[in-house]
Amino acid sequence: MTASPDITFDLAQAPLRELNSALHKATGETNARLWRVINPNGRHALAAGVNAPVTIEVDGHVGYYCAGMNQQARVIVNGNAGVGVAENMMSGFVHVKGDASQAAGATAHGGMLVIDGNASARCGISMKGIDIVVKGSVGHMSAFMGQAGALIVFGDAGEALGDSLYEAKLFVRGSVKSLGADCIEKELRDEHRKLLQEKLEAAGLAGTVDIGEFKRYGSARQLYNFHIDNAGAY
Amino acid sequence: MCGIVGIFLKDPKLEPELGAMLASMLCVMTDRGPDSAGFVVYGQGDAGHVKLSLRATEGYDFQGLANSLSLSSGGTPKLTVRSTHAVIEVPADHEAEVRAALARHPDVAVVGSGTRMEIFKETGLPRDVAARFDLSKMSGTHGIGHTRMATESAVTTAGAHPFSTGADQCLVHNGSLSNHNDLRRALKREGIAFATDNDSEVAAGYLTWRMRQGASLGEALEAGLKDLDGFFTFVVGTESGFGVLRDPIACKPAVMAETDRYVAFGSEYRALVDLPGIANAKVFEPEPATVYFWDRAA
Repeated sequence: MTASPDITFDLAQAPLRELNSALHKATGETNARLWRVINPNGRHALAAGVNAPVTIEVDGHVGYYCAGMNQQARVIVNGNAGVGVAENMMSGFVHVKGDASQAAGATAHGGMLVIDGNASARCGISMKGIDIVVKGSVGHMSAFMGQAGALIVFGDAGEALGDSLYEAKLFVRGSVKSLGADCIEKELRDEHRKLLQEKLEAAGLAGTVDIGEFKRYGSARQLYNFHIDNAGAY
Repeated sequence: MCGIVGIFLKDPKLEPELGAMLASMLCVMTDRGPDSAGFVVYGQGDAGHVKLSLRATEGYDFQGLANSLSLSSGGTPKLTVRSTHAVIEVPADHEAEVRAALARHPDVAVVGSGTRMEIFKETGLPRDVAARFDLSKMSGTHGIGHTRMATESAVTTAGAHPFSTGADQCLVHNGSLSNHNDLRRALKREGIAFATDNDSEVAAGYLTWRMRQGASLGEALEAGLKDLDGFFTFVVGTESGFGVLRDPIACKPAVMAETDRYVAFGSEYRALVDLPGIANAKVFEPEPATVYFWDRAA
């Protein structure tokens, strides 16, 4: 914590509903730009549904769906996050400094999710435009049915990466245990290096890794329309 | 849904607080399983004696039962009554005789046995279940608890977790198994007895069968990955060990915390927040299809 917060909210003293309610009332005109939340103790749906350009810094581990449906806000978790962090995020920036559980960034349409540790299974499942950067590794079935956005993994990916993938772009620096149906490795061209550079800059991580070390994975586009020869792959 | 909690102590100084820690964890998991609750505590014990955990109805005359048993076992068995349950300690070489005598009391069920294991479970809110058995005052080396939201069998005391199918062995389960009927038939042929139609009891019986064949708890869990079909997060206990296993899909949640004083398990992190030193614990999610196992003997 560098700046002093405009509001400090102690969840050991006041209910989460009160915090979320106050956050939901915040707008672009609010003077309270920096919120600090202490004693989250794994509570669920912390800072879910915020739609204001505020920064929310949470000291400790959070439960399920933290920063779900987020718009505009910057949410920083100084700990681990439970299932579905930044699920269905529309815009904004979510930073988990520990590990994230399953389905991180699921179905999210926009914004940036940065996870310093590992993310468990189904990271970016059905992602629709969010950019996700995981500095550790991701679990099985990550980016399942991913439609748009980028999943960038500094470590390894588990089984069935990108199964039934649409147009989400996947970049993995380490090993991939296996690729899901219709997901293939593709050439990393200059345009993709540029894209990676831009995304890492947005994540505040430019220069921390060698972009040339990533491999690109994408859709083979064989399962978009039903074809009887592919019946076994569905 | 269901909630699971478990704690395995490394620091003996924490042993008097085991029950209080487990009770607090169990109550937090009420919203994952309000139907019934149960727990196992591994307390004091010696190789010369067997503890039999008995279950009857409220107000049952356990003392009268113990007095009748003392005639055959060559001494008065130590009796501890806790609400609908009681634990009697009998000399190990009299166990068969005592069990035969107990079989003549159809209103009393032997729900578990072992050198150190004691098992308690009832329908109702976890807070009430923990209170009626006075869990918070129990001490021990490790313990496992469960809050149940019933799916595969009725809300009864017998259907509550943990399940015990072998001496000092217990299992709690979050999930549902799809091949439990087949497996139950196969295990019955192998001589494993089942008290309910519950899928989780089959998982317990399966591990007992594997360990009876000489497998360690870790090896039995490993084999379970191949033979058990369905969704599961298991936490299991033996006389000296504590194990965790999740199915390969990792359908059911699990969080663990480890410090130099203990290893703790919770379905959610919320269950762990009151543990001593949790702020500095290593908190992690156990990997799918990976056996985690701690043993005091090791």
